Amino acid sequence: MTKAGDNLAIDVRGLTKTFGKRKAVDSVDIAMPRGQVWGFLGPNGSGKTTTIRMLCGLLRPDAGQGTCLGYDILKHSREIKRQVGYMTQKFSYWEDLTIRENLEFVANLYDIANKKQVVDDTLEQLGLTTRQKQLAGTLSGGWKQRLALAACTLHSPKMLMLDEPTAGVDPQARRDFWDQIHRLSAQGLTVLVSTHYMDEAERCDQIVYIAYGKLMAQGRVEDIIDQSGLYTFVAEGTGVRELMERLRNKTGADHVAYFGNALHVSGGNLDALTALIKGEQVVGIIWHQARPSLEDVFIHLMGQSVDNTAVA
Amino acid sequence: MFAALNRILAILIKEFIQMRRDRMTFGMMIMVPVVQLTLFGFAINSDPRHLPTLLYLEDESAVVRSLAAGLQNSTYFDIEGQVSSAKEGTDALQSGKVAFVITVPAGFTRDLLRGDKPQVLIEADASDPSAASNAVGMIQQIVNSALRQDLKGEWAGLSQAPPPVDIIVHRMYNPEGISQYNIVPGLLGVILTMTMIMITSIAMTRETERGNMENLLAMPARPWEVMVGKIVPYIGVGLVQTAIVLLASAYIFGVPFIGSFWLLALGVALFIIANLAVGFTFSTIARTQMQAMQMTFFFFLPSLLLSGFMFPFRGMPEWAQAIGQIFPLTHFLRIVRSVMLKGSDFAAMWPNIWPLLVFIAVATAVAMKRYRSTLD
Repeated sequence: MTKAGDNLAIDVRGLTKTFGKRKAVDSVDIAMPRGQVWGFLGPNGSGKTTTIRMLCGLLRPDAGQGTCLGYDILKHSREIKRQVGYMTQKFSYWEDLTIRENLEFVANLYDIANKKQVVDDTLEQLGLTTRQKQLAGTLSGGWKQRLALAACTLHSPKMLMLDEPTAGVDPQARRDFWDQIHRLSAQGLTVLVSTHYMDEAERCDQIVYIAYGKLMAQGRVEDIIDQSGLYTFVAEGTGVRELMERLRNKTGADHVAYFGNALHVSGGNLDALTALIKGEQVVGIIWHQARPSLEDVFIHLMGQSVDNTAVA
Repeated sequence: MFAALNRILAILIKEFIQMRRDRMTFGMMIMVPVVQLTLFGFAINSDPRHLPTLLYLEDESAVVRSLAAGLQNSTYFDIEGQVSSAKEGTDALQSGKVAFVITVPAGFTRDLLRGDKPQVLIEADASDPSAASNAVGMIQQIVNSALRQDLKGEWAGLSQAPPPVDIIVHRMYNPEGISQYNIVPGLLGVILTMTMIMITSIAMTRETERGNMENLLAMPARPWEVMVGKIVPYIGVGLVQTAIVLLASAYIFGVPFIGSFWLLALGVALFIIANLAVGFTFSTIARTQMQAMQMTFFFFLPSLLLSGFMFPFRGMPEWAQAIGQIFPLTHFLRIVRSVMLKGSDFAAMWPNIWPLLVFIAVATAVAMKRYRSTLD
């Protein structure tokens, strides 16, 4: 009974999906332990949604194999669907049903025992009780996300797959949403969540970075930063923004970005970068070397991958 | 002023670009006039000729043969053969195989030559009054001129007025030629086609458009469960519509219902399923509700014009009749009219039931194939 992969929630190798001529997902390997919260990052159109859909049994991979919650993703998609809660990128519950009707419908589809109690409890836990008679279509973005999370956790799944759950949601609602995710994780749920927000990536145990269908990096945030081979200098002071255009495309500076009131100049070659910075000493601007941020690393990774999405 | 023109031009150009991208709408813009022109211009004929006719001859003299030849030459009647009993003729009328049965009684020639004004009986299927009316209106004249050829010499006097034969017209199934008798049962088919195809295709496309479908399929619902669950309510809608039309038909329009209710129920059930299959197929092709709507119209329009609902089916040229045979509405119209007005039985309706079954089989196969491919 006990196998090496038993403590893995997701264990897939060589996952590939082609749409037309384009490889949306190209030989992706993921080994994700149970009970963790993993972030799934990558630029738009990089294959995150396609990968999630293959993992939860909605799409059949063209190549590759593996298991999700111990079930073969090619053969046992029904069992996977029963134990996974999948939250689609776009709100996909019924806007012309009330919150309660939506939850009852989901409860019926999963054939949950003690439906009324489960629906009541879920409404209560997510703070939706007072709004249960409201039509889902009239909810604001943040409340819609709450409803969607409530609905996809209703059947007590062992794993959650959330596809950009917080896109377009305000910071307060985003924070509440993550509190819920951590609460669910504490109860033993495995969570895979795709996002574009760096702060959210840092709330995850590990992250997977995928670009143009290829897996570029995987591991803890710290490790990914350490292994990136990237060096960053930060310039602060008045007029740093004017430096931006000057430094762009100069030897040694692979990426130049302005955020947090500071200019971040990163490059893979420390010597070239140091030489460049030495030549840019201006009065009133203070340079110091810093640990690259996750964002710097991601932009670096994105630059390394070849965009295969462009239409000829 | 020029600025306004430029802005209008900018919007106009954008509109043309979008028009070109939306293949479906573009297709509609081109195809609708082409189809309408073809149908109205070539297919539809409100003066139907070549109507299938059977002869029941109890008297087969040279005069009767030239009478038959005269009918054939008039182009209104296509003599398809003879029957050997009156019942055979009635059966052919009832099943809709022929439009007329013309009976020449025994002793016709003898009575004619005696100047006794013998009778000729023409039984017309008047369940569609407009289909039969012109031919019936012409028959006295056709018979007179046919006989004029033969009544020469000593009998030439007979061919002068008053007419030498007495033509008795029996307008079967709708003696008063009330057009509601034909239109109202037909409307049942039209209403069902319109709503069944439109409602199903739109309801299914809406789920895809709003992303609900992906959500449904990520839950344990199997594709066929989704399909059945989504289609069954509309069968209910179709049955309610049927009840409304039939009640109105009986109590408001006074249309007779002399056939078997259960045979009609079978026809309605098959027809609803056929249309749902079409609607479902459309929903797998259309990406938006708008496209589903357009496809519905594209199917509905020729159905309406080529099925015999608006214009007599037999008035159309053969190619148009062949296309018309494809549409479920064509066969359903025959079933509903025959069962209600003529009291036709299952055997007589079988020629219209099996095409519905074939249609259902093909449409369902296409729908399932398309449905599977949209899931991945």
